[in-house]
Amino acid sequence: MAPFAGYDMPISYPTGAVEEHNICRRSVGLFDIDHMGQLIVSGPDADAFVSHTVSGAVLDMKDWDARYSLLLDEKGLVRDDLFVYRLPRVNAAEGRWWIVVNASNLEADFAWFKARAVEWKGKVKVEDVSAETYMIAVQGPRAIELLDSMADRKVSAFPRFTSGEFVIEGTKVLFGRTGYTGEDGGELFFPAEKALAVWEAFIKTGEKKGIETKAIGLAARDSLRFEAGMPLHGHEISPSINALEAGFKWACDFSKADFIGKKALEAIAAAGLPRKLVGIEMTGGVPREGYEVQAPDGRKIGLCVAGMFCPTTKKYAANAFVTPEFAKVGTDVAIVAHGKPKPGLVVKRPLYVPAYRR
Amino acid sequence: MKLDSTARYQSSHEYARKDGTAFVIGISDHAQAALGDIVYVELPEIGKTFAKGETFGVIESVKAASDLYLPMGGKIVAVNEALGGDPALVNRDCYGEGWLVKIESGSAAEFGVLMDAATYEKEADKE
Repeated sequence: MAPFAGYDMPISYPTGAVEEHNICRRSVGLFDIDHMGQLIVSGPDADAFVSHTVSGAVLDMKDWDARYSLLLDEKGLVRDDLFVYRLPRVNAAEGRWWIVVNASNLEADFAWFKARAVEWKGKVKVEDVSAETYMIAVQGPRAIELLDSMADRKVSAFPRFTSGEFVIEGTKVLFGRTGYTGEDGGELFFPAEKALAVWEAFIKTGEKKGIETKAIGLAARDSLRFEAGMPLHGHEISPSINALEAGFKWACDFSKADFIGKKALEAIAAAGLPRKLVGIEMTGGVPREGYEVQAPDGRKIGLCVAGMFCPTTKKYAANAFVTPEFAKVGTDVAIVAHGKPKPGLVVKRPLYVPAYRR
Repeated sequence: MKLDSTARYQSSHEYARKDGTAFVIGISDHAQAALGDIVYVELPEIGKTFAKGETFGVIESVKAASDLYLPMGGKIVAVNEALGGDPALVNRDCYGEGWLVKIESGSAAEFGVLMDAATYEKEADKE
């Protein structure tokens, strides 16, 4: 077990981290991710406020759409990454947004949204519903099949990056066809007191239907997201990393009149990025966070922010920030492991193309 | 914890076992379980000589990298090449197919001072 944002969470279950990773890639992985936070933003000015506060386009989202976005500060630095759901409007004039934030940032994000709402002087209400909301993810190539067998609606009919409600185990859940593994599946939100019943129903139904379904710990959650090219707060993104150097131009809508951080990012783009996030495959060891990246001549050119053995690609790989002249795919670099430079090659990210993008 | 009663152990969890004129070196079942899934093993070149207690390699699990310390001094005469393709052999069979290196030891007396299985078990249990 490991302490994580105030929760005790298993690094791996008895199954073992590598096997857990493989089960999620071949069948179904269950993720107990109640530590994640959920905010509701509502009110007559909610639409314009959310559009102003998060990096991405949101006003074009239809009811029930779910979309990735960043929460930036005025300098364009990444406070957090978010999943933003447009819930059905209360009435024609009043939008409602369900925003999923990282556990370690919940208090800061909640305070940030509230303070920005005050400063922005709009009619907006921000609520933190994390305590009463449980969150689990069901991910893998057979996850939708498992959900279809349990829900009172056809879950397979939900397109990727949409959400909706259905009943499972007598419990009404909010479901998003989203996730953090590169596999199909979804994330479920429901009343916290139903947590054990819903969790056990997935395990039991998996057994009954012959759909291999196992609990997945933090280590496999990390390797799954890493292969799929998704960032982890505190590694690829953080309040000392701007959205552009982390490769998140696609999650910033520069056609919006304004969003927090927009001006700073435009200035950063005009000046040129001093470093860029790249993937590096290494031979001769396991790259890890904090390892130095060198040019072939031994000059320091960057630092690894994450690194591991990738169970699906069967490679040892790192994410690192390096100077732009070494950021091109195919560039030879070295990573210093245990005092020795080991050969590395800049490779295309993601290492594993998500199933729903193939 | 599984133990090999014919091996002798040191407190950093490496074992040595007589193998003809050589000694087989590996890590204990207690160590592999504590490390979790092993994903890389870096071993020395054949012919290199190490003193007792010297670092002869690195074992990397999903969680962390750990140095490997020789329980007795000697010259490396074989390394387990199979670990290159399947480092998890150390998890599955640490006393058998998951061995690490073989050494020819200059001082067989160093073997005698290592802990026997029962003593090691008591010490590892305290962790």
